[in-house]
Amino acid sequence: MANVTFTIDGQKVTVPSDYNIIEAAKTVGIDIPALCYDPNLEVVGACRLCLVEIEGSRKLQTSCSTKVKEGMVVHTESEKVVKLRKEILQLLLDNHPNDCLTCQKAGECLLQRYAYRYDIKFREHDGARRPNLVDTSSPYILKDDSKCILCGKCVRTCNQVLDRKVLSFGGRGFDTRIVADANFSLEESTCVSCNRCVTVCPVGALVDKRLLGKTRVWDGEIKGVKCKACDYGCNFEVLSKKGKNIAVRAKAPSEGRPLCLKGRLTTELMYLDEPETPYKKEDGKFQEATWKEALGLEGVFEKILSDENDKK
Amino acid sequence: MITIQELNEIKQKTLENMKLRLQEDSGKGLHGKHVLICGGPGCHSSNAEGIKKAFKEKIKEKGLDKEIKVSLAGCFGLCETGPNVEIYPDGIFYAHIKIEDIDEIVENHLCKGKIVERLLYEGSLKDGKIKQVSEVDFYNKQKKIALRNCGIIDYESIDEYIALDGYQALAKVVMEMTQQEVIDIVKASNLRGRGGAGFPTGRKWETAYEYKANKKYVICNADEGDPGAFMDRSILEGDPHSVLEAMAIAGYAIGSDQGYIYVRAEYPIAVRRLQIAIAQAKEKGLLGKNIFGTDFSFDIELRLGAGAFVCGEGTALMESIEGRRGMPRTKIYRTAHRGLWQKPTIINNVETFANVPAIIQNGVEWFKNIGTEDSPGTKVFALGGKIKNTGLIEVPMGVTLREIIFDIGGGIPNGKKFKAVQTGGPSGGCIPEEHLDTPVDFGSLGRLGSIMGSGGMIVLDEDDCMVDIARFFLDFTVEESCGKCVPCREGTKRMLEILERITKGEGTPEDIDRLESLAETITNGSLCGLGQTAANPVTSTLKYFRDEYEAHVYEKRCPAGSCQSLLEFFITEDCIGCTKCARNCPVSCISGKVKERHVIDTEKCIKCGTCMEVCPTGAVIKK
Ligand SMILES: Cc1cc2nc3c(=O)[nH]c(=O)nc-3n(C[C@H](O)[C@H](O)[C@H](O)COP(=O)(O)O)c2cc1C
Ligand code: SF4
Ligand code: SF4
Ligand code: SF4
Ligand code: SF4
Ligand code: SF4
Ligand code: FES
Repeated sequence: MANVTFTIDGQKVTVPSDYNIIEAAKTVGIDIPALCYDPNLEVVGACRLCLVEIEGSRKLQTSCSTKVKEGMVVHTESEKVVKLRKEILQLLLDNHPNDCLTCQKAGECLLQRYAYRYDIKFREHDGARRPNLVDTSSPYILKDDSKCILCGKCVRTCNQVLDRKVLSFGGRGFDTRIVADANFSLEESTCVSCNRCVTVCPVGALVDKRLLGKTRVWDGEIKGVKCKACDYGCNFEVLSKKGKNIAVRAKAPSEGRPLCLKGRLTTELMYLDEPETPYKKEDGKFQEATWKEALGLEGVFEKILSDENDKK
Repeated sequence: MITIQELNEIKQKTLENMKLRLQEDSGKGLHGKHVLICGGPGCHSSNAEGIKKAFKEKIKEKGLDKEIKVSLAGCFGLCETGPNVEIYPDGIFYAHIKIEDIDEIVENHLCKGKIVERLLYEGSLKDGKIKQVSEVDFYNKQKKIALRNCGIIDYESIDEYIALDGYQALAKVVMEMTQQEVIDIVKASNLRGRGGAGFPTGRKWETAYEYKANKKYVICNADEGDPGAFMDRSILEGDPHSVLEAMAIAGYAIGSDQGYIYVRAEYPIAVRRLQIAIAQAKEKGLLGKNIFGTDFSFDIELRLGAGAFVCGEGTALMESIEGRRGMPRTKIYRTAHRGLWQKPTIINNVETFANVPAIIQNGVEWFKNIGTEDSPGTKVFALGGKIKNTGLIEVPMGVTLREIIFDIGGGIPNGKKFKAVQTGGPSGGCIPEEHLDTPVDFGSLGRLGSIMGSGGMIVLDEDDCMVDIARFFLDFTVEESCGKCVPCREGTKRMLEILERITKGEGTPEDIDRLESLAETITNGSLCGLGQTAANPVTSTLKYFRDEYEAHVYEKRCPAGSCQSLLEFFITEDCIGCTKCARNCPVSCISGKVKERHVIDTEKCIKCGTCMEVCPTGAVIKK
């Protein structure tokens, strides 16, 4: 791949020619705000937060979808760009519940981060808001539509796995929502609780329910581990507090790794001090299950336990 | 497979039967008559089929069915006066024809040659003289290229299309020209896309031609989602072969063998006529394998759109054809490089395509002599709103708005005063009186803060409140936003809320600033053309009619007297004290003695308008 050299915020940068501006910026430590971009997913250009000014181009361009070009001169924080960014963030906050105090996502939430960075605040108004639809049907995932910013990452990641394709956009315009199958609850839907969607959601619209109320991200410690349930070796994180392992959560899948519930439960069982009861979905209903039932493969299950015992 | 000789034979044979209509007297004198009934969208829904049947029966009864032909043709354009009927070779235009009128036309005009003045289109009677269709004001400033065959040929007859030089351009292209030569002609003609953006068609084709790929596609955009627009529909229904021929030419030029027409499912008649036309063209070998015996093959299939306005946007349309939700794509690659199924694709509008065979046939010079330097050729407009001749017109680019609205459109009805014209559909802008002499083309409308769009033109008069008009159009955009990107999804909704507040008299001075700021964000920040143009109705009315916004905000007054919540009902001196209003008022807020002038308590009034309706002397007014 040939290299190109271009200028970004006054710095000269050389990167491979298939880089997007946003990736190229990262190589020199420039962090362009982005809510819908994810290097593992198809680029959609939906949030418009990453718009930048390119000299010689009349319109602003989204840096997630624009490839670098030789000699290009890019400004990522020009007055015009910042004004627009602020207004986009304000539009998002105007349609978002003021819930950061107790939101599980606080501290990691991208909306919160950018609002702070650009000094945008929640404000009172009597216009329309997203309906307060919260789907609590799954024991694994809390889906809070009122917090969704419709970046579409969850849809894209769920659709990357052929036999999942659970999530999609429903409705349109201001009433657009993320729906599971034909607007079913997660329990009724074909969702397999792999939590791919949870890992990519930039806000608190999809959160791991088994983490709720257990810790704030800044409170505990986080250790990365690899799943041992199959050869993919998906990435998980073990969260611990005061020396106790209290929760496991999936990390964003990459390089074709699928993520799955069995893997996550296996990891929970392996690492957690007090793993919570597992659930199994049967005929569209979540049922409490024994660990053996939840993990399905009794042989493997026994083997892991004995491996673990060996290590101790 | 058809040869050029066979094509010409069909042409000669069919032309013979079309002489009356074409008023082509070959010296021997024209014998017989031809009754042409408008089968356009408007007339079709007001019983054009029934009228055709009645004419046929009556003519048969008179034993004239050998001499007098009766047929339906595509839209005549004057929808306001429909159902419309023309009699050839006389060139007589009858309007508002009802079944009961047919006897009289047949008995007097067709049998005795006596024109039925009572039923004539009013514009064809001037100073006691009867004018031919081609001479009436509505038509004589028009110039038909895209609509050249509409209203003349029988839309279900491929032979009649061929008679008027149909498929000659395709023959010439595939047999005599190289791909580059075709592209050079289209480029030199500077034909600009009629679907809204005015992008040069030739350049688009060239980009796709130059990109090597094993498969390429040609798409005809027949989604036509603008409310009130029906130019594409009229072409598809009145002259479907012109689009098929042009698509095949495009296919040859870029090296594609597959075309799709994406047509709204709400256009069942267009769909049916396209199906018939495609079948006819295939049967004659004008579509399919080895066209005119060359190694060029081209097929066309229909794809039906579910009707979302945004699916007319090129990339959303491709998503939709591919079976996904119709949301615009972010432009990482040009569609001429990676479009439908990631293959090089050109997409053109129906009207753009309809121009192509004419350009190939008549040449670049001919085309460039029509219209302006910026935008050669013609444009079809749909006139609507407060205008006498609502309907479809095709004019050379460069005619002024005044000519369109007053000469062709007949001006404003009911003696009202012109206020503004809204061009370009829901995301166009409002242009005031002072710019009426602007010659219309892509550039000039853009400079006025409006757009050509697909050619909608809605005329507004003194009774229209410009804030409310902006609200009306924004309401449409908010409904049609696909919801993908933040500025459009969230921003247009907030703008609409502000406009609603202002028209209700609850607006604040900051609201006007917020409108301007939001407009900027939505225009500069949105992903697709829908959002990028959504604020036009607001910015253009703020630019030209700011005083109306301010009257609403500062004085809580609607200067046009249209915003219901800002009006007060008032009883004038004309009141005779009949007490009718007081007895009918649902909230009993009218007081007054019998035979004395009554008074409304405006504090209590709920503005239902009942008093105004019941008052026998018109003493109740809104102000
Ligand atoms: C929201 C939106 C709706 C559109 N709808 C149509 C349509 O109904 N018909 C059409 O031809 N073009 C429509 N367009 C324009 C197309 O994106 C595209 O520019 C056009 O089909 C290209 O053809 P042309 O170059 O021949 O005009 C629309 C664009 C936008 C942004
Ligand atoms: S999602 Fe983010 S912005 Fe919203 S409440 Fe939670 S932390 Fe705050
Ligand atoms: S948990 Fe997995 S299957 Fe369920 S919606 Fe999320 S990504 Fe799709
Ligand atoms: S749920 Fe989360 S990931 Fe999905 S669209 Fe909403 S904000 Fe984005
Ligand atoms: S501008 Fe509007 S219609 Fe276009 S992609 Fe954005 S939300 Fe959808
Ligand atoms: S508008 Fe209705 S409420 Fe007001 S005075 Fe007239 S009748 Fe009564
Ligand atoms: S990150 Fe580029 S548009 Fe969202």
